[in-house]
Amino acid sequence: MDIFLQQIINGLTTGSVYAVVALGYTMVYGIIQLINFAHGEVVMIGAMVAFTVITSLAGGTLPAPVILLAGVLAAVPTCMVIGYTLERAAYRPLRHAPRLAPLITAIGMSIILQHLALLVWGRNPMAFPQIMENPVILVGGAVITGVQIGIILLSFTMMAALTWFVYRTRFGIAIRATAENVRVAELMGVNANRVIAATFVIGAGLGAVAGVMFGTYYGIVHYTMGFTLGLKAFSAAVLGGIGNIAGAMVGGILLGLVEALATGYIGDLTNLCRWPGLGTSSMLAERCVDGGNFVVFGSNYQDVFAFLMLILVLVFRPSGLLGERVSERA
Amino acid sequence: MTSALLEARGVGKRFGGVQALKDVSITIHQGEVYGLIGPNGAGKTTFFNVLTGLYPRDGGEVLFAGAPLNLASPHEVAKAGIARTFQNIRLFGNMTALENVMVGRHVRTHAGVFGAMLRLRSERAEEEAIRRRSEELLHYVGVADRANDLARHLSYGDQRRLEIARALATEPRLLALDEPAAGMNATETAALRVLIDGLRTDGLTVLLIEHDVKLVMGLCDRVAVLEYGEKIAEDVPAVVRADPKVIEAYIGTSAH
Repeated sequence: MDIFLQQIINGLTTGSVYAVVALGYTMVYGIIQLINFAHGEVVMIGAMVAFTVITSLAGGTLPAPVILLAGVLAAVPTCMVIGYTLERAAYRPLRHAPRLAPLITAIGMSIILQHLALLVWGRNPMAFPQIMENPVILVGGAVITGVQIGIILLSFTMMAALTWFVYRTRFGIAIRATAENVRVAELMGVNANRVIAATFVIGAGLGAVAGVMFGTYYGIVHYTMGFTLGLKAFSAAVLGGIGNIAGAMVGGILLGLVEALATGYIGDLTNLCRWPGLGTSSMLAERCVDGGNFVVFGSNYQDVFAFLMLILVLVFRPSGLLGERVSERA
Repeated sequence: MTSALLEARGVGKRFGGVQALKDVSITIHQGEVYGLIGPNGAGKTTFFNVLTGLYPRDGGEVLFAGAPLNLASPHEVAKAGIARTFQNIRLFGNMTALENVMVGRHVRTHAGVFGAMLRLRSERAEEEAIRRRSEELLHYVGVADRANDLARHLSYGDQRRLEIARALATEPRLLALDEPAAGMNATETAALRVLIDGLRTDGLTVLLIEHDVKLVMGLCDRVAVLEYGEKIAEDVPAVVRADPKVIEAYIGTSAH
Protein backbone atom coordinates (compact mmCIF):
# COMPACT_ATOMS: atom_id res chain seq x y z
CA MET A 1 0.00 0.00 0.00
CA ASP A 2 2.69 2.51 0.91
CA ILE A 3 4.57 2.01 -2.35
CA PHE A 4 1.33 2.42 -4.25
CA LEU A 5 0.45 5.68 -2.51
CA GLN A 6 4.02 6.90 -2.79
CA GLN A 7 4.15 6.28 -6.51
CA ILE A 8 0.76 7.95 -6.99
CA ILE A 9 2.13 11.08 -5.35
CA ASN A 10 5.38 10.94 -7.31
CA GLY A 11 3.49 10.30 -10.52
CA LEU A 12 1.10 13.15 -9.87
CA THR A 13 4.08 15.46 -9.42
CA THR A 14 5.94 14.54 -12.60
CA GLY A 15 2.65 14.13 -14.42
CA SER A 16 1.57 17.66 -13.71
CA VAL A 17 4.91 18.93 -15.04
CA TYR A 18 4.41 16.83 -18.18
CA ALA A 19 0.90 18.22 -18.49
CA VAL A 20 2.07 21.83 -18.37
CA VAL A 21 4.75 21.15 -20.98
CA ALA A 22 2.31 19.15 -23.10
CA LEU A 23 0.02 22.18 -23.27
CA GLY A 24 2.70 24.02 -25.23
CA TYR A 25 2.83 21.24 -27.81
CA THR A 26 -0.89 20.79 -28.09
CA MET A 27 -1.86 24.47 -28.38
CA VAL A 28 0.55 25.06 -31.23
CA TYR A 29 -0.46 21.84 -32.94
CA GLY A 30 -4.13 22.66 -32.52
CA ILE A 31 -3.71 25.86 -34.47
CA ILE A 32 -1.09 25.25 -37.14
CA GLN A 33 -0.65 21.46 -37.05
CA LEU A 34 3.01 21.87 -36.30
CA ILE A 35 4.86 19.72 -33.79
CA ASN A 36 7.15 22.29 -32.25
CA PHE A 37 10.03 20.02 -31.36
CA ALA A 38 11.94 22.98 -29.96
CA HIS A 39 9.44 23.31 -27.12
CA GLY A 40 11.41 20.93 -24.86
CA GLU A 41 14.45 23.15 -25.34
CA VAL A 42 12.44 26.22 -24.39
CA VAL A 43 11.56 24.44 -21.15
CA MET A 44 15.25 23.63 -20.61
CA ILE A 45 16.24 27.27 -21.13
CA GLY A 46 13.58 28.29 -18.61
CA ALA A 47 15.20 25.99 -16.07
CA MET A 48 18.67 27.29 -16.95
CA VAL A 49 17.76 30.96 -16.65
CA ALA A 50 16.12 30.33 -13.29
CA PHE A 51 19.21 28.37 -12.25
CA THR A 52 21.46 31.33 -13.03
CA VAL A 53 19.26 33.86 -11.27
CA ILE A 54 18.68 31.72 -8.20
CA THR A 55 22.35 30.77 -7.89
CA SER A 56 23.51 34.36 -8.08
CA LEU A 57 20.93 35.52 -5.52
CA ALA A 58 21.18 32.54 -3.20
CA GLY A 59 24.08 33.87 -1.13
CA GLY A 60 22.40 37.21 -0.45
CA THR A 61 19.96 38.37 2.15
CA LEU A 62 16.75 37.92 0.20
CA PRO A 63 14.26 35.41 1.58
CA ALA A 64 14.08 32.11 -0.30
CA PRO A 65 10.58 32.51 -1.76
CA VAL A 66 11.55 35.88 -3.22
CA ILE A 67 14.64 34.37 -4.85
CA LEU A 68 12.60 31.54 -6.33
CA LEU A 69 10.04 34.01 -7.58
CA ALA A 70 12.80 36.10 -9.14
CA GLY A 71 14.01 32.98 -10.93
CA VAL A 72 10.55 32.32 -12.34
CA LEU A 73 10.04 35.96 -13.26
CA ALA A 74 13.29 35.92 -15.21
CA ALA A 75 12.62 32.59 -16.90
CA VAL A 76 9.07 33.27 -18.08
CA PRO A 77 9.71 36.41 -20.16
CA THR A 78 12.95 34.97 -21.55
CA CYS A 79 11.12 31.91 -22.78
CA MET A 80 8.22 33.98 -24.09
CA VAL A 81 10.67 35.98 -26.20
CA ILE A 82 12.25 32.78 -27.46
CA GLY A 83 8.84 31.31 -28.27
CA TYR A 84 7.85 34.44 -30.15
CA THR A 85 11.15 34.56 -32.01
CA LEU A 86 10.84 30.91 -33.04
CA GLU A 87 7.41 31.51 -34.51
CA ARG A 88 8.30 34.78 -36.16
CA ALA A 89 11.69 33.87 -37.58
CA ALA A 90 11.53 30.13 -38.16
CA TYR A 91 7.94 28.99 -38.61
CA ARG A 92 5.98 31.91 -40.02
CA PRO A 93 8.01 32.11 -43.24
CA LEU A 94 7.19 28.43 -43.76
CA ARG A 95 3.48 28.72 -42.95
CA HIS A 96 2.46 27.74 -46.45
CA ALA A 97 5.34 25.42 -47.19
CA PRO A 98 4.85 21.63 -47.30
CA ARG A 99 4.41 20.22 -43.81
CA LEU A 100 7.77 18.53 -43.74
CA ALA A 101 9.64 21.85 -43.99
CA PRO A 102 8.49 23.38 -40.68
CA LEU A 103 8.81 20.00 -38.98
CA ILE A 104 12.48 19.72 -39.93
CA THR A 105 12.97 23.37 -39.05
CA ALA A 106 11.56 22.59 -35.61
CA ILE A 107 14.13 19.85 -35.13
CA GLY A 108 16.81 22.26 -36.31
CA MET A 109 15.64 24.92 -33.87
CA SER A 110 15.77 22.35 -31.11
CA ILE A 111 19.40 21.56 -31.91
CA ILE A 112 20.31 25.23 -32.15
CA LEU A 113 18.74 26.07 -28.78
CA GLN A 114 20.39 23.07 -27.17
CA HIS A 115 23.79 24.13 -28.38
CA LEU A 116 23.28 27.75 -27.44
CA ALA A 117 22.57 26.48 -23.94
CA LEU A 118 25.72 24.38 -24.15
CA LEU A 119 27.71 27.49 -24.98
CA VAL A 120 26.20 29.56 -22.19
CA TRP A 121 25.91 27.03 -19.36
CA GLY A 122 28.51 24.44 -20.24
CA ARG A 123 28.33 20.71 -20.72
CA ASN A 124 28.14 19.56 -17.12
CA PRO A 125 24.99 18.88 -15.17
CA MET A 126 24.51 21.57 -12.56
CA ALA A 127 22.93 21.25 -9.14
CA PHE A 128 19.77 23.33 -9.01
CA PRO A 129 20.02 25.24 -5.73
CA GLN A 130 17.60 23.88 -3.15
CA ILE A 131 16.91 27.10 -1.35
CA MET A 132 13.41 26.42 -0.15
CA GLU A 133 12.84 24.52 3.03
CA ASN A 134 11.35 21.25 2.03
CA PRO A 135 9.09 20.01 4.82
CA VAL A 136 8.08 16.38 4.70
CA ILE A 137 4.62 15.12 5.46
CA LEU A 138 3.86 11.49 6.15
CA VAL A 139 0.54 10.26 4.84
CA GLY A 140 -0.37 6.61 5.25
CA GLY A 141 3.19 5.40 4.93
CA ALA A 142 3.98 7.65 1.96
CA VAL A 143 6.19 10.72 2.00
CA ILE A 144 4.96 13.97 0.48
CA THR A 145 7.40 16.84 0.27
CA GLY A 146 6.57 20.51 0.25
CA VAL A 147 8.09 20.80 -3.21
CA GLN A 148 5.74 18.13 -4.52
CA ILE A 149 2.73 19.88 -3.06
CA GLY A 150 3.97 23.16 -4.50
CA ILE A 151 4.46 21.68 -7.97
CA ILE A 152 1.07 20.01 -8.01
CA LEU A 153 -0.74 23.12 -6.78
CA LEU A 154 1.06 25.46 -9.16
CA SER A 155 0.49 23.17 -12.14
CA PHE A 156 -3.20 22.79 -11.47
CA THR A 157 -3.53 26.54 -10.95
CA MET A 158 -1.86 27.21 -14.31
CA MET A 159 -4.01 24.63 -16.04
CA ALA A 160 -7.15 26.11 -14.54
CA ALA A 161 -6.04 29.60 -15.57
CA LEU A 162 -5.34 28.49 -19.12
CA THR A 163 -8.69 26.73 -19.36
CA TRP A 164 -10.40 29.86 -18.14
CA PHE A 165 -8.43 31.98 -20.59
CA VAL A 166 -9.23 29.80 -23.58
CA TYR A 167 -12.89 29.23 -22.77
CA ARG A 168 -13.91 32.45 -21.09
CA THR A 169 -12.08 35.36 -22.68
CA ARG A 170 -12.61 36.59 -26.18
CA PHE A 171 -8.96 36.18 -27.05
CA GLY A 172 -9.45 32.56 -26.05
CA ILE A 173 -12.48 32.39 -28.29
CA ALA A 174 -10.35 33.74 -31.13
CA ILE A 175 -7.76 31.04 -30.42
CA ARG A 176 -10.38 28.30 -30.60
CA ALA A 177 -11.93 29.78 -33.73
CA THR A 178 -8.53 29.91 -35.42
CA ALA A 179 -7.87 26.32 -34.40
CA GLU A 180 -11.11 25.22 -36.01
CA ASN A 181 -10.72 27.13 -39.25
CA VAL A 182 -8.04 29.73 -39.85
CA ARG A 183 -9.56 31.18 -42.99
CA VAL A 184 -13.04 31.63 -41.62
CA ALA A 185 -11.65 33.10 -38.40
CA GLU A 186 -9.74 35.61 -40.52
CA LEU A 187 -12.90 36.52 -42.40
CA MET A 188 -14.43 37.33 -39.04
CA GLY A 189 -11.62 39.76 -38.44
CA VAL A 190 -9.38 37.59 -36.30
CA ASN A 191 -5.74 38.40 -36.92
CA ALA A 192 -4.47 34.85 -37.28
CA ASN A 193 -0.81 35.85 -37.09
CA ARG A 194 -1.36 37.39 -33.70
CA VAL A 195 -3.28 34.40 -32.45
CA ILE A 196 -0.58 32.01 -33.63
CA ALA A 197 2.18 34.11 -32.07
CA ALA A 198 0.19 34.25 -28.84
CA THR A 199 -0.08 30.47 -28.60
CA PHE A 200 3.69 30.20 -28.92
CA VAL A 201 4.20 32.85 -26.25
CA ILE A 202 1.70 31.32 -23.84
CA GLY A 203 3.09 27.82 -24.36
CA ALA A 204 6.64 29.04 -23.80
CA GLY A 205 5.63 30.91 -20.64
CA LEU A 206 4.01 27.79 -19.22
CA GLY A 207 7.05 25.79 -20.30
CA ALA A 208 9.37 28.14 -18.44
CA VAL A 209 7.51 27.55 -15.19
CA ALA A 210 7.56 23.81 -15.88
CA GLY A 211 11.33 24.00 -16.36
CA VAL A 212 11.78 25.67 -12.99
CA MET A 213 9.52 23.09 -11.33
CA PHE A 214 11.43 20.28 -12.97
CA GLY A 215 14.79 21.70 -11.86
CA THR A 216 13.53 22.18 -8.32
CA TYR A 217 12.09 18.68 -8.15
CA TYR A 218 15.05 16.73 -9.51
CA GLY A 219 17.65 19.18 -8.21
CA ILE A 220 19.65 19.02 -11.40
CA VAL A 221 19.67 20.84 -14.72
CA HIS A 222 21.52 20.01 -17.90
CA TYR A 223 21.50 21.33 -21.44
CA THR A 224 20.03 18.08 -22.79
CA MET A 225 17.24 17.84 -20.22
CA GLY A 226 14.72 19.30 -22.64
CA PHE A 227 15.00 16.39 -25.01
CA THR A 228 13.57 13.58 -22.89
CA LEU A 229 11.22 15.87 -21.05
CA GLY A 230 9.97 17.28 -24.33
CA LEU A 231 9.49 13.85 -25.87
CA LYS A 232 7.56 12.65 -22.85
CA ALA A 233 5.37 15.72 -22.81
CA PHE A 234 4.79 15.27 -26.52
CA SER A 235 3.80 11.66 -25.84
CA ALA A 236 1.43 12.94 -23.18
CA ALA A 237 -0.11 15.35 -25.69
CA VAL A 238 -0.59 12.54 -28.21
CA LEU A 239 -1.94 10.28 -25.48
CA GLY A 240 -4.60 12.82 -24.59
CA GLY A 241 -5.30 13.70 -28.21
CA ILE A 242 -3.00 16.26 -29.74
CA GLY A 243 -4.64 19.61 -30.33
CA ASN A 244 -6.94 19.08 -27.38
CA ILE A 245 -6.15 21.21 -24.33
CA ALA A 246 -7.98 19.04 -21.80
CA GLY A 247 -6.36 16.04 -23.46
CA ALA A 248 -2.86 17.37 -22.81
CA MET A 249 -3.69 17.78 -19.13
CA VAL A 250 -5.22 14.32 -18.79
CA GLY A 251 -2.46 12.77 -20.89
CA GLY A 252 0.30 14.38 -18.83
CA ILE A 253 -1.10 13.30 -15.49
CA LEU A 254 -1.86 9.82 -16.77
CA LEU A 255 1.61 9.44 -18.24
CA GLY A 256 3.19 10.55 -14.97
CA LEU A 257 1.09 8.08 -13.00
CA VAL A 258 1.74 5.14 -15.30
CA GLU A 259 5.42 5.91 -15.38
CA ALA A 260 5.67 6.15 -11.60
CA LEU A 261 3.60 3.05 -10.89
CA ALA A 262 5.38 0.99 -13.51
CA THR A 263 8.74 2.13 -12.22
CA GLY A 264 7.65 1.34 -8.68
CA TYR A 265 6.53 -2.18 -9.41
CA ILE A 266 8.60 -3.40 -12.32
CA GLY A 267 11.53 -4.39 -10.14
CA ASP A 268 9.37 -6.64 -7.98
CA LEU A 269 7.36 -8.00 -10.85
CA THR A 270 10.39 -9.01 -12.88
CA ASN A 271 12.30 -10.34 -9.93
CA LEU A 272 12.51 -13.96 -11.04
CA CYS A 273 13.32 -15.13 -7.51
CA ARG A 274 9.80 -14.21 -6.49
CA TRP A 275 8.24 -16.16 -9.31
CA PRO A 276 6.72 -19.36 -8.02
CA GLY A 277 8.81 -22.35 -9.00
CA LEU A 278 11.56 -20.38 -10.66
CA GLY A 279 13.25 -19.17 -7.51
CA THR A 280 13.99 -22.69 -6.34
CA SER A 281 14.82 -24.04 -9.77
CA SER A 282 18.37 -25.25 -10.28
CA MET A 283 19.07 -22.33 -12.64
CA LEU A 284 18.44 -19.56 -10.13
CA ALA A 285 18.76 -21.26 -6.78
CA GLU A 286 22.23 -19.90 -6.31
CA ARG A 287 21.19 -16.30 -6.93
CA CYS A 288 18.00 -16.46 -4.95
CA VAL A 289 19.28 -18.03 -1.80
CA ASP A 290 18.81 -15.98 1.39
CA GLY A 291 16.48 -13.43 -0.17
CA GLY A 292 18.72 -12.75 -3.16
CA ASN A 293 17.28 -11.11 -6.24
CA PHE A 294 17.36 -11.66 -9.94
CA VAL A 295 15.72 -8.56 -11.43
CA VAL A 296 15.27 -8.54 -15.20
CA PHE A 297 13.98 -5.00 -15.57
CA GLY A 298 14.83 -2.45 -12.89
CA SER A 299 13.55 1.04 -12.30
CA ASN A 300 16.18 2.33 -14.74
CA TYR A 301 13.66 1.37 -17.39
CA GLN A 302 11.58 4.35 -16.28
CA ASP A 303 11.82 6.23 -19.57
CA VAL A 304 10.59 3.25 -21.55
CA PHE A 305 7.04 3.45 -20.29
CA ALA A 306 6.25 6.85 -21.73
CA PHE A 307 7.19 5.69 -25.18
CA LEU A 308 5.57 2.30 -24.72
CA MET A 309 2.35 4.15 -24.01
CA LEU A 310 2.90 6.39 -27.01
CA ILE A 311 3.23 3.34 -29.25
CA LEU A 312 0.15 1.69 -27.76
CA VAL A 313 -1.89 4.84 -28.25
CA LEU A 314 -0.73 5.26 -31.82
CA VAL A 315 -1.64 1.65 -32.58
CA PHE A 316 -5.00 1.41 -30.84
CA ARG A 317 -6.31 4.94 -30.62
CA PRO A 318 -4.36 7.26 -32.91
CA SER A 319 -6.61 10.23 -32.15
CA GLY A 320 -5.80 9.98 -28.42
CA LEU A 321 -8.04 9.60 -25.41
CA LEU A 322 -9.96 12.84 -25.87
CA GLY A 323 -8.97 13.18 -29.49
CA GLU A 324 -10.84 15.36 -31.87
CA ARG A 325 -11.13 14.03 -35.34
CA VAL A 326 -8.03 15.19 -37.14
CA SER A 327 -9.40 14.96 -40.65
CA GLU A 328 -12.11 17.28 -41.89
CA ARG A 329 -10.21 20.47 -42.54
CA ALA A 330 -11.34 22.85 -45.21
CA MET B 1 -30.13 54.58 -53.43
CA THR B 2 -27.93 55.60 -56.30
CA SER B 3 -24.56 55.77 -54.56
CA ALA B 4 -22.40 52.75 -55.35
CA LEU B 5 -21.19 50.74 -52.39
CA LEU B 6 -19.30 48.13 -54.33
CA GLU B 7 -18.03 48.41 -57.84
CA ALA B 8 -16.27 45.54 -59.57
CA ARG B 9 -14.64 46.44 -62.86
CA GLY B 10 -13.42 43.83 -65.28
CA VAL B 11 -12.69 41.21 -62.65
CA GLY B 12 -11.13 38.02 -63.96
CA LYS B 13 -10.05 34.74 -62.41
CA ARG B 14 -8.26 31.77 -63.90
CA PHE B 15 -7.70 28.33 -62.43
CA GLY B 16 -4.95 26.91 -64.59
CA GLY B 17 -6.41 26.79 -68.05
CA VAL B 18 -9.97 27.42 -66.91
CA GLN B 19 -11.22 30.97 -67.20
CA ALA B 20 -13.63 30.95 -64.28
CA LEU B 21 -14.43 34.67 -64.48
CA LYS B 22 -14.07 36.84 -67.53
CA ASP B 23 -14.24 40.60 -67.31
CA VAL B 24 -17.09 40.75 -64.80
CA SER B 25 -18.29 44.21 -63.82
CA ILE B 26 -21.11 44.87 -61.41
CA THR B 27 -22.22 47.76 -59.28
CA ILE B 28 -24.03 47.28 -56.01
CA HIS B 29 -25.85 50.33 -54.70
CA GLN B 30 -26.07 51.34 -51.10
CA GLY B 31 -29.07 49.77 -49.37
CA GLU B 32 -30.19 47.36 -52.06
CA VAL B 33 -30.48 43.61 -52.14
CA TYR B 34 -28.48 42.56 -55.15
CA GLY B 35 -28.92 39.08 -56.53
CA LEU B 36 -26.35 37.08 -58.44
CA ILE B 37 -27.70 34.04 -60.22
CA GLY B 38 -26.56 31.66 -62.88
CA PRO B 39 -26.51 27.98 -63.74
CA ASN B 40 -24.24 25.56 -61.92
CA GLY B 41 -20.57 26.31 -62.50
CA ALA B 42 -21.27 29.76 -63.86
CA GLY B 43 -18.69 31.25 -61.51
CA LYS B 44 -20.97 32.69 -58.83
CA THR B 45 -19.08 31.35 -55.88
CA THR B 46 -15.73 32.11 -57.49
CA PHE B 47 -16.79 35.72 -57.94
CA PHE B 48 -17.87 35.75 -54.36
CA ASN B 49 -14.57 34.37 -53.14
CA VAL B 50 -12.69 36.95 -55.15
CA LEU B 51 -14.79 39.76 -53.68
CA THR B 52 -14.26 38.56 -50.12
CA GLY B 53 -10.54 38.10 -50.47
CA LEU B 54 -10.39 34.31 -50.37
CA TYR B 55 -8.99 34.13 -53.89
CA PRO B 56 -6.62 36.64 -55.44
CA ARG B 57 -8.11 38.08 -58.63
CA ASP B 58 -6.45 38.08 -62.03
CA GLY B 59 -7.05 41.52 -63.37
CA GLY B 60 -9.73 44.10 -62.84
CA GLU B 61 -10.35 46.20 -59.80
CA VAL B 62 -12.83 46.36 -56.97
CA LEU B 63 -13.90 49.61 -55.37
CA PHE B 64 -15.60 49.47 -52.04
CA ALA B 65 -17.22 52.66 -50.75
CA GLY B 66 -15.19 54.56 -53.32
CA ALA B 67 -11.81 53.21 -52.29
CA PRO B 68 -9.88 50.33 -53.86
CA LEU B 69 -10.42 47.19 -51.82
CA ASN B 70 -7.18 45.70 -50.62
CA LEU B 71 -7.73 42.01 -50.89
CA ALA B 72 -4.41 41.03 -49.42
CA SER B 73 -5.72 39.51 -46.23
CA PRO B 74 -9.22 38.33 -45.34
CA HIS B 75 -9.26 40.10 -42.01
CA GLU B 76 -8.65 43.40 -43.80
CA VAL B 77 -11.65 42.71 -46.00
CA ALA B 78 -13.72 42.10 -42.91
CA LYS B 79 -12.42 45.32 -41.43
CA ALA B 80 -13.34 47.23 -44.59
CA GLY B 81 -16.92 46.13 -44.05
CA ILE B 82 -17.67 43.03 -46.10
CA ALA B 83 -18.99 39.97 -44.30
CA ARG B 84 -20.04 36.70 -45.80
CA THR B 85 -21.63 33.36 -45.21
CA PHE B 86 -20.70 30.12 -46.91
CA GLN B 87 -22.53 27.81 -49.28
CA ASN B 88 -21.31 24.87 -47.24
CA ILE B 89 -21.78 26.14 -43.72
CA ARG B 90 -18.52 26.91 -41.99
CA LEU B 91 -19.32 27.57 -38.40
CA PHE B 92 -16.95 26.84 -35.56
CA GLY B 93 -18.71 23.59 -34.73
CA ASN B 94 -17.14 22.97 -31.35
CA MET B 95 -17.98 26.41 -30.04
CA THR B 96 -21.34 27.56 -28.78
CA ALA B 97 -23.66 29.62 -30.94
CA LEU B 98 -22.96 32.65 -28.78
CA GLU B 99 -19.20 32.18 -29.05
CA ASN B 100 -19.46 31.94 -32.81
CA VAL B 101 -21.07 35.35 -32.91
CA MET B 102 -18.56 36.73 -30.41
CA VAL B 103 -15.75 35.80 -32.79
CA GLY B 104 -17.41 38.05 -35.34
CA ARG B 105 -17.13 40.99 -32.94
CA HIS B 106 -13.37 40.68 -33.08
CA VAL B 107 -13.02 42.87 -36.10
CA ARG B 108 -14.60 45.87 -34.36
CA THR B 109 -12.84 45.56 -31.02
CA HIS B 110 -9.33 45.34 -29.73
CA ALA B 111 -8.61 42.08 -28.00
CA GLY B 112 -5.11 41.67 -26.66
CA VAL B 113 -3.57 38.72 -24.91
CA PHE B 114 -2.32 40.76 -22.02
CA GLY B 115 -5.48 42.77 -21.65
CA ALA B 116 -7.44 39.54 -21.49
CA MET B 117 -5.11 38.03 -18.92
CA LEU B 118 -4.86 41.08 -16.72
CA ARG B 119 -8.62 41.64 -16.72
CA LEU B 120 -8.34 45.37 -17.13
CA ARG B 121 -11.53 47.20 -16.34
CA SER B 122 -11.88 48.43 -19.92
CA GLU B 123 -11.34 44.89 -21.14
CA ARG B 124 -14.09 43.51 -18.92
CA ALA B 125 -16.49 46.23 -19.98
CA GLU B 126 -15.78 45.62 -23.64
CA GLU B 127 -16.19 41.89 -23.25
CA GLU B 128 -19.52 42.41 -21.54
CA ALA B 129 -20.63 44.68 -24.38
CA ILE B 130 -19.60 42.05 -26.91
CA ARG B 131 -21.59 39.40 -25.12
CA ARG B 132 -24.67 41.59 -24.98
CA ARG B 133 -24.42 42.59 -28.62
CA SER B 134 -23.90 38.97 -29.63
CA GLU B 135 -26.99 37.94 -27.70
CA GLU B 136 -28.95 40.65 -29.47
CA LEU B 137 -27.80 39.37 -32.83
CA LEU B 138 -28.79 35.82 -31.97
CA HIS B 139 -32.16 37.18 -31.05
CA TYR B 140 -32.33 39.18 -34.28
CA VAL B 141 -31.85 36.10 -36.47
CA GLY B 142 -34.06 34.01 -34.21
CA VAL B 143 -31.73 31.50 -32.57
CA ALA B 144 -31.44 33.14 -29.16
CA ASP B 145 -32.80 30.03 -27.45
CA ARG B 146 -29.85 27.98 -28.71
CA ALA B 147 -27.17 30.45 -27.54
CA ASN B 148 -25.31 27.99 -25.34
CA ASP B 149 -25.55 24.94 -27.58
CA LEU B 150 -22.60 23.86 -29.67
CA ALA B 151 -23.00 25.15 -33.20
CA ARG B 152 -22.80 21.67 -34.69
CA HIS B 153 -25.81 20.59 -32.67
CA LEU B 154 -28.06 23.22 -34.25
CA SER B 155 -30.50 22.32 -36.98
CA TYR B 156 -29.52 23.09 -40.53
CA GLY B 157 -31.75 26.13 -40.82
CA ASP B 158 -30.55 27.45 -37.48
CA GLN B 159 -26.93 27.00 -38.54
CA ARG B 160 -27.59 29.14 -41.60
CA ARG B 161 -29.16 31.81 -39.39
CA LEU B 162 -26.29 31.60 -36.96
CA GLU B 163 -23.86 32.14 -39.81
CA ILE B 164 -25.75 35.28 -40.74
CA ALA B 165 -25.62 36.47 -37.12
CA ARG B 166 -21.88 35.85 -37.05
CA ALA B 167 -21.44 37.82 -40.26
CA LEU B 168 -23.60 40.66 -38.90
CA ALA B 169 -21.41 40.79 -35.81
CA THR B 170 -18.60 42.23 -37.91
CA GLU B 171 -20.88 45.25 -38.57
CA PRO B 172 -20.64 44.91 -42.32
CA ARG B 173 -21.70 47.52 -44.81
CA LEU B 174 -22.14 44.73 -47.30
CA LEU B 175 -23.44 41.32 -46.29
CA ALA B 176 -22.70 38.63 -48.84
CA LEU B 177 -24.82 35.50 -48.60
CA ASP B 178 -23.66 32.47 -50.56
CA GLU B 179 -26.69 30.29 -51.31
CA PRO B 180 -28.37 30.83 -47.95
CA ALA B 181 -31.46 28.87 -48.98
CA ALA B 182 -29.54 25.82 -50.16
CA GLY B 183 -30.96 22.73 -48.51
CA MET B 184 -33.72 24.62 -46.75
CA ASN B 185 -37.32 23.48 -46.80
CA ALA B 186 -40.14 25.80 -47.83
CA THR B 187 -40.85 27.03 -44.30
CA GLU B 188 -37.20 27.77 -43.62
CA THR B 189 -36.86 29.56 -46.94
CA ALA B 190 -39.88 31.72 -46.18
CA ALA B 191 -38.41 32.64 -42.80
CA LEU B 192 -35.08 33.44 -44.47
CA ARG B 193 -36.85 35.73 -46.86
CA VAL B 194 -38.40 37.63 -43.98
CA LEU B 195 -34.97 37.90 -42.38
CA ILE B 196 -33.30 39.30 -45.49
CA ASP B 197 -36.20 41.69 -46.02
CA GLY B 198 -35.64 42.89 -42.47
CA LEU B 199 -31.96 43.44 -43.16
CA ARG B 200 -32.84 45.69 -46.07
CA THR B 201 -35.32 47.59 -43.95
CA ASP B 202 -32.55 48.13 -41.43
CA GLY B 203 -30.44 49.72 -44.15
CA LEU B 204 -28.00 46.93 -44.88
CA THR B 205 -26.73 46.24 -48.39
CA VAL B 206 -26.99 42.57 -49.31
CA LEU B 207 -25.35 40.57 -52.05
CA LEU B 208 -27.26 37.36 -52.53
CA ILE B 209 -26.05 34.40 -54.51
CA GLU B 210 -28.80 31.89 -54.92
CA HIS B 211 -29.95 28.92 -56.88
CA ASP B 212 -33.54 29.49 -55.94
CA VAL B 213 -34.53 31.83 -58.75
CA LYS B 214 -37.96 32.41 -57.27
CA LEU B 215 -36.44 33.65 -54.03
CA VAL B 216 -34.03 35.95 -55.84
CA MET B 217 -36.64 37.39 -58.17
CA GLY B 218 -39.05 37.99 -55.33
CA LEU B 219 -36.52 39.52 -53.00
CA CYS B 220 -33.87 41.40 -54.93
CA ASP B 221 -33.93 44.98 -56.12
CA ARG B 222 -31.59 44.14 -58.96
CA VAL B 223 -30.21 40.92 -60.37
CA ALA B 224 -27.14 39.98 -62.38
CA VAL B 225 -26.83 36.72 -64.27
CA LEU B 226 -23.56 34.92 -64.81
CA GLU B 227 -22.96 32.23 -67.39
CA TYR B 228 -19.60 30.61 -68.13
CA GLY B 229 -17.88 33.26 -66.05
CA GLU B 230 -19.42 36.18 -67.93
CA LYS B 231 -22.16 38.55 -66.97
CA ILE B 232 -25.00 38.17 -69.45
CA ALA B 233 -27.60 40.41 -67.81
CA GLU B 234 -28.02 42.95 -65.02
CA ASP B 235 -31.25 44.75 -64.24
CA VAL B 236 -34.39 44.73 -62.14
CA PRO B 237 -35.90 41.24 -61.79
CA ALA B 238 -38.78 41.83 -64.20
CA VAL B 239 -36.43 42.78 -67.02
CA VAL B 240 -33.91 40.04 -66.32
CA ARG B 241 -36.63 37.43 -66.23
CA ALA B 242 -37.73 38.43 -69.72
CA ASP B 243 -34.21 38.57 -71.17
CA PRO B 244 -33.87 35.96 -73.94
CA LYS B 245 -30.23 35.30 -73.07
CA VAL B 246 -31.17 34.48 -69.50
CA ILE B 247 -33.99 32.22 -70.57
CA GLU B 248 -31.61 30.43 -72.89
CA ALA B 249 -28.98 30.04 -70.16
CA TYR B 250 -31.49 28.54 -67.79
CA ILE B 251 -33.71 26.50 -70.01
CA GLY B 252 -31.35 26.07 -72.92
CA THR B 253 -32.38 26.14 -76.55
CA SER B 254 -30.28 24.29 -79.05
CA ALA B 255 -26.88 23.01 -77.98
CA HIS B 256 -23.87 25.16 -78.77
